[in-house]
Amino acid sequence: MHILQQILFVILSGIAIFLFIKKIKEIRRNILLGRDEDLSDNPSKRWRNLALNAFGQKKMFKNPMVAILHFFVYAGFIIINIEILEIILDGITGQHRMFAPILGDLYPFLIGIFEILASAVLIACVIFLIRRNIVKVKRLSTGELQGGWPKSDANYILLFEIVLMTLFLKMNAADLALQQMGSSHYIQTDSFWISQYLMPFFQNFSEGTLIGLERFCWWAHIIGIFVFMNYLPYSKHLHVILAFPNAFYARLEPKGKMQNMKEIQNEVLYMMQPELAPANADANSVMKFGARDVHDLSWKNLMDAYSCTECGRCSSACPANQTGKKLSPRKIMMDTRDRLEEIGKQINTNKEWKEDGKTLLHDYITVEELRACTTCNACVEECPVSISPLDIIIQLRRNLVMEESNSPQEWNAMFGNIENNMAPWKFSPDDRDGWVA
Amino acid sequence: MIVKTYAEYQANSETPEILFWVGCAGSFDARAQKVTKAFVEILNHVGIQFAILGKEEMCTGDPARRAGNEFLFQMMAYNNIQTLNMYGVRKIVTTCPHCFNTLKNEYPELGGNYEVISHAVYLQQLIKDGKLKMKENGSFKGKRITYHDSCYLGRSNDIYEAPREVLQALDSDLVELKRCKTNGLCCGAGGAQMFKEDEKGETRINMERTKDVLESGASVVASNCPFCLTMLNDGIKNNEKENEIQALDIAEMIAKSI
Repeated sequence: MHILQQILFVILSGIAIFLFIKKIKEIRRNILLGRDEDLSDNPSKRWRNLALNAFGQKKMFKNPMVAILHFFVYAGFIIINIEILEIILDGITGQHRMFAPILGDLYPFLIGIFEILASAVLIACVIFLIRRNIVKVKRLSTGELQGGWPKSDANYILLFEIVLMTLFLKMNAADLALQQMGSSHYIQTDSFWISQYLMPFFQNFSEGTLIGLERFCWWAHIIGIFVFMNYLPYSKHLHVILAFPNAFYARLEPKGKMQNMKEIQNEVLYMMQPELAPANADANSVMKFGARDVHDLSWKNLMDAYSCTECGRCSSACPANQTGKKLSPRKIMMDTRDRLEEIGKQINTNKEWKEDGKTLLHDYITVEELRACTTCNACVEECPVSISPLDIIIQLRRNLVMEESNSPQEWNAMFGNIENNMAPWKFSPDDRDGWVA
Repeated sequence: MIVKTYAEYQANSETPEILFWVGCAGSFDARAQKVTKAFVEILNHVGIQFAILGKEEMCTGDPARRAGNEFLFQMMAYNNIQTLNMYGVRKIVTTCPHCFNTLKNEYPELGGNYEVISHAVYLQQLIKDGKLKMKENGSFKGKRITYHDSCYLGRSNDIYEAPREVLQALDSDLVELKRCKTNGLCCGAGGAQMFKEDEKGETRINMERTKDVLESGASVVASNCPFCLTMLNDGIKNNEKENEIQALDIAEMIAKSI
C-alpha cells in the first residue's frame, strides 16, 4: 500500500515539475522575442534594488495596512515552503514527519511558526477577498478588473490560498488527534500552536476516519500546491517569481530620461555632417521607428508585462485615468501580456511567427489612450514591482508619429513651430531675447 | 537689469560663471517672462556673472521627443549641443524643469556634457551659502503658502527638498498639498499635453490639481515650472479664486523678498 502511494507521489511530482518547467521556458522564449537591451550595469545598485523593492517590498509600505497583510501572505508563501520540503521527502520515502526525530524540540516550534503564518495568510486572504468583492476598493474592482478573467483570476488565487492553508491546519489537527490515540505510524511531537485548538473537533472520530482525514488533507494539500504552481504561469500571480528579476533589471537612470534612439541620432548627424556618414551605408536597410507590436519592445518591457499583478496602483495614480480619460497604465501592461501570449500560442502551433494582421498598437492599445499620457511618471513611481508602463507608451507614440504621421493637428503645428521658429509657439526666433528690453 | 549673451562675454575674452538657459516659455510666454526677469534680478542682486544664449538658444526638443517625434528632438539637440560646445559651456542653470531634464539627462549621450542645475537647487545653494539673504518682514512672512511639485523636478529627478528649503527661507507657513512629493499630481501639461487639448474625460487634469490647491487654504501656490504655472493659473481663474490665491514661481517669491 505504502509503496503504491510513494510511486504515485513521485509520478505526480514529476508531471507537475515537468509541466511547470515547460511553461516557464515558453514564457522565457516569449520575453526574448523582445528587442535586446543591456541592463547589466552597476550590479551593486541592482542587488540593492532587489533587496529593497523585491524582498523588502518597499513600495508596498506606502499603505502600511495593506503592506503588512501582503507581507504575511508573502512570508507565509516562502517560509511554509520549507515545510513542503518535508512533505516531499515524506512522500518519496513513505515516512511520516521525518524531520521530527531529527529536530527534536525544535520541530513543534517550527511547525508552530508555520501554523501562525498559515493562519495569518488565511486571515489576510479573507480580508483581500472582502476588499475586492464586498468593499469593492476602486482600483481592485473597476476598469480592466470589472469582470471576466482578470477578476476571476484574482479571486481564484485568494480562494486557492485559503483552501491550502485550511488543509495544512486540518492535517496537523488530525495528526495531533492520532498522536493522542497512540496510532502507530504517527510519531509523537509536542502540541502544535494553532492546530491544538482545532484538535478537539477531531477527537471523537475513529482512528480509521482520522487516518483517512489526515491522508486526504496531506494529499489534497500537496496536489493543491502542484496545481497552484502550474496555475502561476497562466495567472497574474506570476509576480511572485518575476518581481525579483524585474526589480534587478529595473532602469537605474533618473526616471525623466527617455531612451535614446541611436539610429535617428546618427541619421541626423550624417545629415548635418555628411562627411561622417559611413561610405558603405546600406541604402536598403529598412529602419523601423518606435514600437508597433510586442517584438519591437525591449525584453524588459515584456518581462514587465508578465510581472504585472494588476494591482492598479499605477492607474489610480495616473492623472489621465483619474480625470476620466481612457488611458490606464495597468491596461497597457495587460494588453502587452495578452498580445505576447497570443503570439506565443501561434508560435507553439506553427513553430514560427507569421503576421496575423493584428498589432499591439491599434488592435489592443488605441491612439486615444496613448495621447492622454502626460509622462508624469506617477505610474512608474507607484509600481511595487518596478514596471514602467510609460516606456511602452512612449515607444508606441514614436511609431504613431514617425511611421504613421499620426498626430493631432495641434501637435503638427507645434512640430512646425519648433522646426521653423525654434520654439513650440509661433514667435520669431529674433524675439527670443525680447524680454531683456 | 544686466543681461549679456555668451557671445558678448566671448567678445571681451571673458567667461561667465553660469549659462542661464531661459527656455521657450521663459523667453516668449508673457507670464513666464516675469519669472525669467525675477531670476535675473536675483542673479544681478547676488552679483553673479551669467550669460544667456539669446537668439542662439533653441527649444531643447522636449515636447517633440515626448510626443514621439524623435527626429525633431535629435535635430534640436544637435544644434543646441553645437552651440553650447562651441562656447565651451560648463555650467547651466534653468528655470524650466523640462529644459533641465533634457539638458541634464538626455544630452550627455548625444555629446553634450554640462553641469546642469535647476533654479530651485541653485537658489537653495545661494541661500545656504549666505549669498542670498531675505529682508526682514518680507511680503510672504507668516502667510500660508503651499508648494506644487512639478513632475520633472520631482519624480523625474527626485528633487523634492531643495524648493521646499527655498520657501522656508521666506519665513512663511508652508503647508503641503494632500498629494505631494512622490505622490504629487501632475498639472496636466507634461508629455506635450501643453500644446493640445485634453483627451475626452470627466474633467481637465489642471482642474483636478487646482482642487488640491484650493483645499490647502493657502494664499500662494508656489511652483518651479512655467507650464505648471500656466495650468494652475488657468485652474484658479476657472474657479474664480484669483482674489484668494496666486500661483507664483519660487524665483518670483524670492525676488520679492530680497
